Amino acid sequence: MIVVLDPGIGNLSSVRSGFARAGEETVVVARGEQWTALAGRGDVCGVVLPGVGAFGDAMFQLRASGLLPVVREVVREGRPLLGICLGMQLLFGVSEEHGMHVGLGVIPGKVVRFGQGVKVPHMGWNDLTVVRPHPLTEGVRRGDYVYFVHSYYAVMQAEEHLLAAATYGRYTVPAVVAKGAVCGTQFHPEKSGPVGERILRNFIAMCHAWQAQEGEKSGV
Amino acid sequence: MLTKRIIPCFDVLDGRVVKHVGFLENRRDAGDPVALAERYCAEGADELVLLDISASEDGRLATQRVVAAVAERVNIPFTVGGGVSTVDDVRALLLAGADKVSMNTGAVRNPQLIKEAAHRFGEQCVVVAIDAKLNESMAQYEVMIKGGKVSTGMEVIQWAKRAAELGAGEILLTSFRQDGTRAGFDVTLTRLVAEAVRVPVIASGGAGRKEHFYEVLTEGKADAALAASVFHFAETSVGQVKAYLRQKGVPVR
Repeated sequence: MIVVLDPGIGNLSSVRSGFARAGEETVVVARGEQWTALAGRGDVCGVVLPGVGAFGDAMFQLRASGLLPVVREVVREGRPLLGICLGMQLLFGVSEEHGMHVGLGVIPGKVVRFGQGVKVPHMGWNDLTVVRPHPLTEGVRRGDYVYFVHSYYAVMQAEEHLLAAATYGRYTVPAVVAKGAVCGTQFHPEKSGPVGERILRNFIAMCHAWQAQEGEKSGV
Repeated sequence: MLTKRIIPCFDVLDGRVVKHVGFLENRRDAGDPVALAERYCAEGADELVLLDISASEDGRLATQRVVAAVAERVNIPFTVGGGVSTVDDVRALLLAGADKVSMNTGAVRNPQLIKEAAHRFGEQCVVVAIDAKLNESMAQYEVMIKGGKVSTGMEVIQWAKRAAELGAGEILLTSFRQDGTRAGFDVTLTRLVAEAVRVPVIASGGAGRKEHFYEVLTEGKADAALAASVFHFAETSVGQVKAYLRQKGVPVR
């Protein structure tokens, strides 16, 4: 079972339907206390951080709902985490969306707005260039299309965390990023047709692998 | 590279798909919305648009059930509109499973609705639909509301710009004159609007042949093209349109 964090700003039904189609149950956690009750159970294998809306609001809500320590704990224990769209951007150190906001700082870099020369938001289907292999992007090929909707993009400090990119006008948009089991997609895998479904199934497989490994540890 | 999008649209009345020929008259039943949505998805549609044309509260509830059923099944973006006049209407459709909500008359009557919805739910889910009609004596395109029945006297390009400034993430532009005729999109109008706003423009109204899509996506500078009847009655398929566009060098998924 995968936990979908709900800082109370977005609509989670698309993400949940996406995982349901990929064959995994989800449960929504909106407050820190709910996580404490669930985390001890063996059946929670991974966490999704979705997100629409503004960066600053999302960080505020994560703090206010007690979910910020949950994200920290998940990152620390190496449990697979998938940030989607704004959820991916939150993984970075800082964002310039409506003022300067500090993010989770898991992946080095900052989030900035697209400048002149392109339509904003970057909305629609764009193709991926896979730059680094990772379990999350297994089976995803160069030229596969996924669905983006965003006005801000990540400027990465460390190339090693970039798994796949898309080109939008003069911009190279980080599309899939990861640091260990902490992953993020700028696009919406739950809205990206068969390619997106493949990515969700890959994430589920990462979660099950982590769960099996933890099971072995506690069994020893 | 960002592709041009092909978007099938269907009107839903009390839970069933219907198609008008022309804005106002001549309704034909076009079937079960979930089955149709799945078919389009399989054919390679880039997005789906569902417009609720129910007049009664019961009809609207039926549509919300349809929205939920479609949203569960499709793995592409899904826009829902029809009768949206308050932020609560927007919320109800998003909760039912829509990814974006389209507003038309409600936004003309209360432009702050665009701003409020964008602020609450994000610009990416606010689509402002504009029904345009050429006023020949004034030599300008006018914004029509109430499904094309009422003229507002507002000029289309000014309204499109204002809507984008207020927070519309996308403009869905329908040429009233062309809609239902299958005589081709209004390329001139589409280009005027696409050049005036920085947000994506979806052209609608008049699709009859695959060449029409090519015209409006190149000469008309549209980011996406929407059609209903030409796909419902299987005169051409999403796949055929995309194959043609690809062959002509237009980037498609």
